[in-house]
Amino acid sequence: MSDRVKIGITINGAPHEGEAPARMLLVDYIRDVVGLKGTRYGCDTSNCGSCTIVMDGKSAKSCTFLAVQAHGRELTTIEGLAEGSELHPLQAAFQEAHALQCGFCTSGMVMSAHALLSQNSDPSPDEIREGIIGNLCRCTGYVPVIEAVQLAARRLDPKGGNP
Amino acid sequence: MYPAAFDYTVAESLDHAIDLLQRSGEGAKLLSGGQSLVPLLKLRLVQPAHVIDIGRLPGLSDVLEDEAAGILRIGALATHAQMGVSSVVRDKLALMTEAAGVIGDAQVRGWGTLGGALAEADPAGDWGPVVQALEGRVECTGPAGVRVVDAASFFVDAYTTVLADDEVITEVRVPLPPPGSAGAYLKMERRAGDFAVASVAVQLELDGAGSCTKAGVALGAAGLTPIKVLAAEETLAGQEVTPDVVDAAAGQVVEAANPLADVRGSSDYKRAVCGALFRKAVDIALRRHRGEDVRGGHVR
Repeated sequence: MSDRVKIGITINGAPHEGEAPARMLLVDYIRDVVGLKGTRYGCDTSNCGSCTIVMDGKSAKSCTFLAVQAHGRELTTIEGLAEGSELHPLQAAFQEAHALQCGFCTSGMVMSAHALLSQNSDPSPDEIREGIIGNLCRCTGYVPVIEAVQLAARRLDPKGGNP
Repeated sequence: MYPAAFDYTVAESLDHAIDLLQRSGEGAKLLSGGQSLVPLLKLRLVQPAHVIDIGRLPGLSDVLEDEAAGILRIGALATHAQMGVSSVVRDKLALMTEAAGVIGDAQVRGWGTLGGALAEADPAGDWGPVVQALEGRVECTGPAGVRVVDAASFFVDAYTTVLADDEVITEVRVPLPPPGSAGAYLKMERRAGDFAVASVAVQLELDGAGSCTKAGVALGAAGLTPIKVLAAEETLAGQEVTPDVVDAAAGQVVEAANPLADVRGSSDYKRAVCGALFRKAVDIALRRHRGEDVRGGHVR
């Protein structure tokens, strides 16, 4: 029993060992302890989805987890997608489809889309809408976001049925 | 926002969790997926001295068809997403699949658990009315062993259940419906991801001629707890489901609803929504019974 906890995670493929107060939120741990600032701290009330990461293959709002809940798990943040200077197909598609304006929601939006495509390589527009319900864009560019996810899906899985 | 400080322990087993609960009394909270607890901790609406993490206890997340007992056994740690993709749930209990698909968003559904949602007892929770309409039972395990509580008497007040301080929800048991049964879960929300204005769960057992032999009806976000509408269930049971019968039962649904006025509408408006959702849910159930592919879930 302790109010401090040891935390061992794999983040973007690299092991990270640390220690934190038990009450520390995962988003703070990622940003301030690990030092990866691409995960956004948005509403802090489990609504906006800007803090979305992928944990053990599932999307998760990192403001709604204690850091210690990630112990022993594999995390992917937005920094884990690109290979060197080469953008991940989702990132490239967001750029090409103009799926962002201010960009604040983008890392969370991309991570939700990443989790969606890992479970459904050929989602319909409705399935994409459903998949990003937990991500708010206040520039309201949802239509280009859906186009970007479709574009990325086609490139990632050319055999998929999307026209 | 930071939660108030607490001690954190990973429970090594169910017995360990119960032992920790016993020693901590009402100052402890169980953590499973955390999708309800963490927001409450952050708002400091709950400030437990001790958080006991049961999120990774083995053997508590299976969804199993127990044909001998005629029930579906759902481990308390089964996630909403798991319920949403379970083929046995989809084939036998469409309204559970529907409820699983309208909870929060993908991020919440992947981690939030059935047991956690029932224990939180949010008045707008989705599982409460569904499990009540299905005559489900909640298995609570404590120091003295297991007791099984009817979902109809599980909820005491908003955010309050009959679960004792040293008990853990371990399983939810839902009777497997006989062939010909059909149901629907409908939830009206003002916009994606909002709390429900109201929700209605309906499950009908229907004979070959389309008459209702047994009915389950329960409401969510229509009072401080889920409301099982016994009067409407009695009206439907043993009847051909004619417009007159549906009218009578819908009147009883409206009467049973006891919603609080808030930004989502006046209490009169929400009562009317309950009636309308009930009619639509009955219609969907009947059409499903006839083999039609009808969509339920969100009503926006």
